[in-house]
Amino acid sequence: MYVYQDYDQRLLEERVAQYRDQTRRYLAGQLSEDEFLVLRLQNGLYIQRYAPMLRISVPYGLLSSEQVRTLAKVVREYDKGFCHVSTRQNIQLNWPEVQDVPDILAELASVQMHAIQTSGNCIRNITTDEYAGVNPKEIEDPRPWCEIIRQWATFNPEFAYLPRKFKIAVNAVPDADPALIGVHDIGVKVIHNDAGETGFQVWAGGGLGRTPMTGQVIGEFVPWQHLLAYLEAILRVYNKYGNRDNKFKARIKILVKALGAEKYRELTEAEFAELKDGPMTLTEEEVARIQGCFTEPAYRDDVDNGVLDKALQENRAFNRWYHTNTRAHKRDGYRSVTLTLKKTGRIPGDVSDEQLEAIADLADRYSFGELRNTHQQNMVLSDVAADDLFELWEKLDALGMATPNLGLLTDIVACPGGDLCALANAKSVPVAEGIQRRFDDMDYVHDLGPLDINISGCMNACGHHHIGHIGILGVDKKGKEFYQITLGGRGDKLSRIGEKMGPSFESYEVTDVIEKIINVYVDKRLENEPFIDTYERIGMEPFKEHVYG
Amino acid sequence: MGKMILDGEIVDNGWQRFEPGELEEDGQSLPENQPVIVPLAYWQAHRDTLLEREAVGVCLEPGEEPADLAADLPHLPLVAIHFPAFKDGRGYSYARELRTRYRFTGEVRAVGDVLQDQLFYMHRVGFNAFEVRADRDIHEALENGLRPFSVTYQGDVHDPRPIYRRRQELEQA
Repeated sequence: MYVYQDYDQRLLEERVAQYRDQTRRYLAGQLSEDEFLVLRLQNGLYIQRYAPMLRISVPYGLLSSEQVRTLAKVVREYDKGFCHVSTRQNIQLNWPEVQDVPDILAELASVQMHAIQTSGNCIRNITTDEYAGVNPKEIEDPRPWCEIIRQWATFNPEFAYLPRKFKIAVNAVPDADPALIGVHDIGVKVIHNDAGETGFQVWAGGGLGRTPMTGQVIGEFVPWQHLLAYLEAILRVYNKYGNRDNKFKARIKILVKALGAEKYRELTEAEFAELKDGPMTLTEEEVARIQGCFTEPAYRDDVDNGVLDKALQENRAFNRWYHTNTRAHKRDGYRSVTLTLKKTGRIPGDVSDEQLEAIADLADRYSFGELRNTHQQNMVLSDVAADDLFELWEKLDALGMATPNLGLLTDIVACPGGDLCALANAKSVPVAEGIQRRFDDMDYVHDLGPLDINISGCMNACGHHHIGHIGILGVDKKGKEFYQITLGGRGDKLSRIGEKMGPSFESYEVTDVIEKIINVYVDKRLENEPFIDTYERIGMEPFKEHVYG
Repeated sequence: MGKMILDGEIVDNGWQRFEPGELEEDGQSLPENQPVIVPLAYWQAHRDTLLEREAVGVCLEPGEEPADLAADLPHLPLVAIHFPAFKDGRGYSYARELRTRYRFTGEVRAVGDVLQDQLFYMHRVGFNAFEVRADRDIHEALENGLRPFSVTYQGDVHDPRPIYRRRQELEQA
């Protein structure tokens, strides 16, 4: 994990003081609503349906057990004992008071946490593969590059008032897109050239929201030394020419589309030519220093795989969980374990203060004191020895975080929706629950295999509905909640936007519609063919016919 | 005469600024012996006469880039950048370009919706003069707005080195 220096810490403390003063001036009437709105948003504070929502930054999803304990304390003291893992790997509090936020930030700063740029029209949290650093398929650990970008983006004076929000993700896995770089404002793909040197394929202009589209390659191979100069060039073009008249046309994707990738590249290259080889050039020393923060933990050489094999044979429930919720690791004898926060009846991604404390203890005991948030609203213990897995599973089961549904139909991604969010057109949580209740036979859910269902309560697409194999979008029709279904979206091997199936449904119909879609799949699938492959083979028509016929 | 911040101090604002269209509509002529800031279009239309005056600055609106003024910069003591709303951030890139691309050493002045909470960023990208909005406390803006942070990660127009090229200095601070 990145180790804060004195000056990193000082920056956070100065930020708390600055925000405290801004809050004081707002409460004293010295800042207008509109002025404070922009300032508080840059600090992740939204005013929501019932209360403010504070989004806490979790850079590339990585947390220490100490940070998780502090989160638990904050959640208990300032909220209602729950927080929410977001699809951008952040943590959200749903019930803080405006006047308490400076104190919350001070508490968070004591463990190197903050809410800097978690909202507003600025560069947001940098995200990556939740299995970064331990994923056997990655070509190198993307996290040092995320941290380098994070520092450049933090309080960047030129890019604090962009036309619209700006999201950057980094991926280092060839032939897959675990960080969804295809649907980010900028996607950075770590690649190696023939000489084995690190560089980046830089994408721009992807995004979900109202006008979903995948990004285009702007930089084919940006040598590592020039990463920040290249990003700065892309951002400067956007800051100058992005649409500022219409909020719905203000994302970089609209500009890239309007200019065309070729023109955008030309403008970027012109800016880049000026910055290249200048002071922004990254130094070997700096990259090595940051990489030095992400070294391997002290893995054991004496892991006893026999313990695991025996448990797998003897305990069917454990066996199922092992195959569903743990995954291969770079290091022999280790697995990455995903804690599913998707128990039926609970808001997807919600976690309580007590659970947080228990998770922190488990991280200390089994995974070198570190945790990750996933963009699918789960949490990960990334480095668990095979002979600890059974013991860990028993403890997770007792905590309600061993539901063996990772990547399956009931592992639903959903935004908080109309129950909490002021932007939402419709509720999303009850829709998720309805589906989870209908598909309550775990054997059947396993038989159906990998299936991503994503639910967003509005076009802003916080639930990433466009990239769900089945996407559900809440829409408002004359004051009534309706749901539009998309099929064929992907956020796995690649990022792809789903296709609309047809007219939308009332909330009571949604679960039946999902069941009909599943029935078509079961009827048409070839042996061992996942839902998405069947869909791509047979297309939309059979699903449409059965649902609307 | 209003007050403004110039190079870290509160001073009288000796310049009179005209909004786009204002001079043309009123058909008025520029005041004699008075430093003036004129819109880009007016400058372009009356460049030769204006060059005879003692003190003329040009104000860029969002959408008007330093490139539109590049050839004239050596003749100008002042370029103003207008922020119709503080959240329109184009002016930050303009100021930076004035300083780093065109090496403009004259006054770069922020005008319009200029508020305490943006001064730090504005200063880092190259503004050295600020017409803080008249309804706000300019003393408080100067005191708390210009230096809320002692640490910066990026380089800026004052020191182009990012943190990884000046870490030793910071660690000793």
